[in-house]
Amino acid sequence: MGFIRALKGDTGGQIMLFLLGLVAIVVPILNLWVPASSPWYLSTYTVTLLGKYLTYALLAVAVDLVWGYLGILSLGHGAFFALGGYAMGMYLMRQIGERGVYGNPELPDFMVFLDWSELPWFWYGFDQFWFAALMVVLVPGLLAFVFGWLAFRSRVTGVYLSIITQALTYALMLAFFRNEMGFGGNNGLTDFKDILGFDLRSDGTRIGLFLASAAALALGYLACRFVVSSRLGRVAVAIRDAEARVRFLGYRVERVKLWIFSFSAALAGVAGALYVPQVGIINPGEFAPLNSIELVIWVAIGGRFTLYGAVLGAILVNYAKTYFTGVMPEAWLFALGGLFVLVTLLLPKGIVGLFARRKRSTAQPADVTP
Amino acid sequence: MQLARILLLGWGLVALGPASAQGHAPREPAQAAPSFEQSLTQLLDPSFKVKSAAVDAIAAGGDERAPQALAALLSGRLFYRKSDRRVVYAERRTDGYRITDVLSGEPLGDAGRHHIKKIGINNKLRRQLRAAIAGLALDHVEPKVRLDAVRRMMSDPDPNLAPRLQARLDLEQDAAVREALEQTLAVTDLVSPDAKVRLAAVGALRGNLEPVVRNRLSTLREQDEYPEIKSAATQALADIERKLTLYAKAETLFFGLSLGSVLVLAAIGLAITFGVMGVINMAHGELIMLGAYTTYLVQQAMPNAGEYSLLVAIPAAFLVAGAFGVVIEQLVIRFLYGRPLETLLATFGVSLILQQLVRTTISAQNVAVENPVWMSGSLQINPALSLTYNRIYVILFTLLVFLGLLLILKRTTLGLQVRAVSQNRAMARAMGVRSARVDALTFGLGAGVAGVAGVALSQLTNVGPNMGQAYIIDAFMVVVFGGVGNLWGTLIGGLTLGVANKLLEPWAGAVLAKILVLVFIILFIQKRPRGLFPQRGRAAEG
Amino acid sequence: MKALRQIQKAMRRDRQFGLMHSARDMAPDVSHGELLYLEDLNLSFDGFKAIDDLSFYLEAGELRCVIGPNGAGKTTMMDIITGKTRPDSGSASFGLNIDLLELSESEIAEIGIGRKFQKPTVFECHRVIENLELAMAGDKRVFPTLFAKLTGEQRDRIDDVLGIIGLTEHAYRDAGALSHGQKQWLEIGMLLMQDPLLLLVDEPVAGMTHQEMDRTAELLRSLAGNHSVVVVEHDMEFVRAIAKRVTVLHRGRVLAEGTMDQIQNDPKVIEVYLGE
Ligand SMILES: Nc1ncnc2c1ncn2[C@@H]1O[C@H](COP(=O)(O)OP(=O)(O)O)[C@@H](O)[C@H]1O
Ligand SMILES: [Mg+2]
Repeated sequence: MGFIRALKGDTGGQIMLFLLGLVAIVVPILNLWVPASSPWYLSTYTVTLLGKYLTYALLAVAVDLVWGYLGILSLGHGAFFALGGYAMGMYLMRQIGERGVYGNPELPDFMVFLDWSELPWFWYGFDQFWFAALMVVLVPGLLAFVFGWLAFRSRVTGVYLSIITQALTYALMLAFFRNEMGFGGNNGLTDFKDILGFDLRSDGTRIGLFLASAAALALGYLACRFVVSSRLGRVAVAIRDAEARVRFLGYRVERVKLWIFSFSAALAGVAGALYVPQVGIINPGEFAPLNSIELVIWVAIGGRFTLYGAVLGAILVNYAKTYFTGVMPEAWLFALGGLFVLVTLLLPKGIVGLFARRKRSTAQPADVTP
Repeated sequence: MQLARILLLGWGLVALGPASAQGHAPREPAQAAPSFEQSLTQLLDPSFKVKSAAVDAIAAGGDERAPQALAALLSGRLFYRKSDRRVVYAERRTDGYRITDVLSGEPLGDAGRHHIKKIGINNKLRRQLRAAIAGLALDHVEPKVRLDAVRRMMSDPDPNLAPRLQARLDLEQDAAVREALEQTLAVTDLVSPDAKVRLAAVGALRGNLEPVVRNRLSTLREQDEYPEIKSAATQALADIERKLTLYAKAETLFFGLSLGSVLVLAAIGLAITFGVMGVINMAHGELIMLGAYTTYLVQQAMPNAGEYSLLVAIPAAFLVAGAFGVVIEQLVIRFLYGRPLETLLATFGVSLILQQLVRTTISAQNVAVENPVWMSGSLQINPALSLTYNRIYVILFTLLVFLGLLLILKRTTLGLQVRAVSQNRAMARAMGVRSARVDALTFGLGAGVAGVAGVALSQLTNVGPNMGQAYIIDAFMVVVFGGVGNLWGTLIGGLTLGVANKLLEPWAGAVLAKILVLVFIILFIQKRPRGLFPQRGRAAEG
Repeated sequence: MKALRQIQKAMRRDRQFGLMHSARDMAPDVSHGELLYLEDLNLSFDGFKAIDDLSFYLEAGELRCVIGPNGAGKTTMMDIITGKTRPDSGSASFGLNIDLLELSESEIAEIGIGRKFQKPTVFECHRVIENLELAMAGDKRVFPTLFAKLTGEQRDRIDDVLGIIGLTEHAYRDAGALSHGQKQWLEIGMLLMQDPLLLLVDEPVAGMTHQEMDRTAELLRSLAGNHSVVVVEHDMEFVRAIAKRVTVLHRGRVLAEGTMDQIQNDPKVIEVYLGE
């Protein structure tokens, strides 16, 4: 199978997937079958936390695909993630049905609260899981497609592209804050009850979501590996390093960028969709430009241009965040800020770069950005 | 403003009250009337009746000190000292009061809370006071004060006061005041039973923008028995409407320009660091914040300077933010030239650190920055158009900063070197430009300008650790929209976006307007990837 | 009217993303013998005329050298042919039938115009062999590229080219690690892989040793006939070694055209160029 062959030579990825598989086996055992009194017991809270990290890792892989391999520093992936999250949130909202505070079988609580009499058209279909699942990939993917179509066609590159992706994110945030948009405004979507009929608060469902996140990460990783180890992946790296030259070889640079960018956005959407049922809420804060930049730094810290480095970075930084914000919240921003500075200055290849024996590549990711 | 409205309410009483009877004899002390000093002591009487008489007497007496005393009484700043029953003005201090003699105006030092007592008033007296103050203003020796008084009356004229105004008109010498009096009288004439008078009044009021004129004219248009008056009113109204839309447009333009100025201020430092040096400084917003905090700290350090602390804050903010800029350049950016995306990430880290620094060292909450008095209030062009001073100052300040920067870049050696380095680093270095020093100074300059912008913004918005984030995206949009590397582009781009935003606001709402502007810029960049004023040449193709 | 033209223009731009995949199937019509027609081209940068009423024709199978002092507009002419820069006026067509000014860079590459840049640009993060693979003629659309696999035949072709450019031993090294001259060769190799009808070669021998120059000359000569070649070069010895016909550009226009001997004896040329 092509997907498996994609792992050839990717030692880091093999190790990562192996560990992921291990975790996927061990975690459910420690949570479901070890008694709560045992020191080996893993609380459901921790499981959810781990699940959340895995969705972040998937998001980071999506970012690395476009940044590390295509040279597009997207500051919009936080928005794609949030859009996927909203699509899932809308499904979960509609699953609440009559159990909402106002007991309206059709309308989510916030619409009743706003005195809306009927469901807006764009909420149709979200009571069906398959439809919501489709939207999870389609909405971010299409947005990225339209945006990319405009941007790449006009050859907006480098910093300009980063800045306008950030503007896009910001505009979306402002939009989702508006009550009139019909996505719950400031408060977003929350108070979810169940997913596919399973109670969201039960341990079993939590484990299920955790496993789904692990599976999504593994599949997403393999898909990205498949892309980057194909000839298209080599074209992508060539575009990153010498865009004009690729054009003169006859490749449609715009289309290559467009497809990879849209694919990456859809992947980010999937990550968001898995994130929302685990944390139980999605609100416009997820669109904050800070988030999008922060996740770039996960990738940078782990090591861009390796994919598994992105996974490592996402998990490490988020673990540190959980730890710091618990122990000494004031220090977190100092630490994060310091990380941004130190990693860009001292660790252009990230943590992975510290360990990787130079196998073949003299590629210096630090030099690839225009 | 509040006071003005209150004054109007009281006017009706003045017209009827005894004060007005003697109103048109300004500066002539009434023979039998008690002296100012006597009436003042009468105010200490516990009976409100006596107090009321005293107020009338003071108002009628024409003493120069009367308006101030009455105003103080109305606003609860008139006290008497218990020891010698002397009437004083009292200003609240942190512990007790600072008191001033009413009669002599001489300061009497500080007094404890228990040593003085406020002269109490009731609602009736309050009304009477307002009326009296307005009456005094109408006969005030300064034409400007009279004019203000008449204008205030115009917005709610009472037919009963027509004789009073007429009497003043007969005496009035000042053309502007006469005009205002005539217009006010015309407004009262609109409800005259005499049709001829009404018609003349309609004619007189053409183009008058007072809301009350509009109201009364539309009443006439609907209800008057004479068709000529109706049609005259219709015409006058159309006239007024036309003027109003014109002024509304002017106002939108003004709002837009002031918003645009804020954008330009926020962006102009960035235009230097991004445009000239190719550095994406995400900490730019935080440098603005540092400027705003410097303003706050300067005000804290010199609590008595009030009005002038801003003038100190401007250079201080420039130096503080500039110094931070130089440090950032030396520690971080120096190593990242030619790698803009890396500078983006690193400076974003710097921005987080700066935010948290302010949170830990000063406060996580917003801080209160005072606005000097000369910044508040507004310039009343006409009843339909008034421009607030703070906006006017921001526009002027922006232009000053812009011109200053332009001069620095065009006329100084540093400017020459900056341009040389930005165009061709290697060549500039070969010609003996110390590019490292130039880089540090340029970045410092950009940062310093951000600090100066912070001073201005501290007067317009909340000053808090997050304030920088609110501006950074807008600032980048302005620079990118205007064309990187072009100060004029930034100026025109910023002003255009400001005006566009304000034009959209009325029908889209503030948030949607902002979203639309963002979307517009995103689309614009697709069409013209290099902004309004692109840099040309091979170098730009980078 | 203006709006209409704008719309038309926009639609044309859409072709880059259109569903049709026309450029690949287009073949230049060389029934009049000429492969490339440049007529009355003009281009100015901020008032500076880089190309001034330039007309230039190239026969199918011809090898032409273009010389001229620095800044004469040689590279700019290639930019116009390959779609990198659009002229202010004039026409450029490939054969009689294909209007180059209508096509994007990648479409121009697809119809068979290959280019070697003045400053060698290879993909430094990729191995030598991968550079050649990317350049290889074939379906370059997104999805076919995603699923592309090297056939044995293609592999042989790559090996051949590796041999021609003398990089067989370096096949698995990163291109970034090559010397300047090797990069020049690699770029020529990429041109060979592309197998275009028309090769535009900008200063190919800069940074090469004499032996390498001789090999390049031989290679270019061997290409002529099956391919049309335009070579821009400063090195007179090299030009004399390969060219039958030489065009001299000066200030954006053609100053003289003819055999090397004719050129060398042309007083105008001596004045502006050889006389220096
Ligand atoms: N994008 C551009 N912007 C401004 N000037 C340019 C640009 N491209 C080329 N030129 C100018 O056009 C002239 C011709 O350049 P070029 O074609 O590179 O000359 P050469 O014959 O040496 O290859 C030069 O003076 C160059 O500076
Ligand atoms: Mg050249």
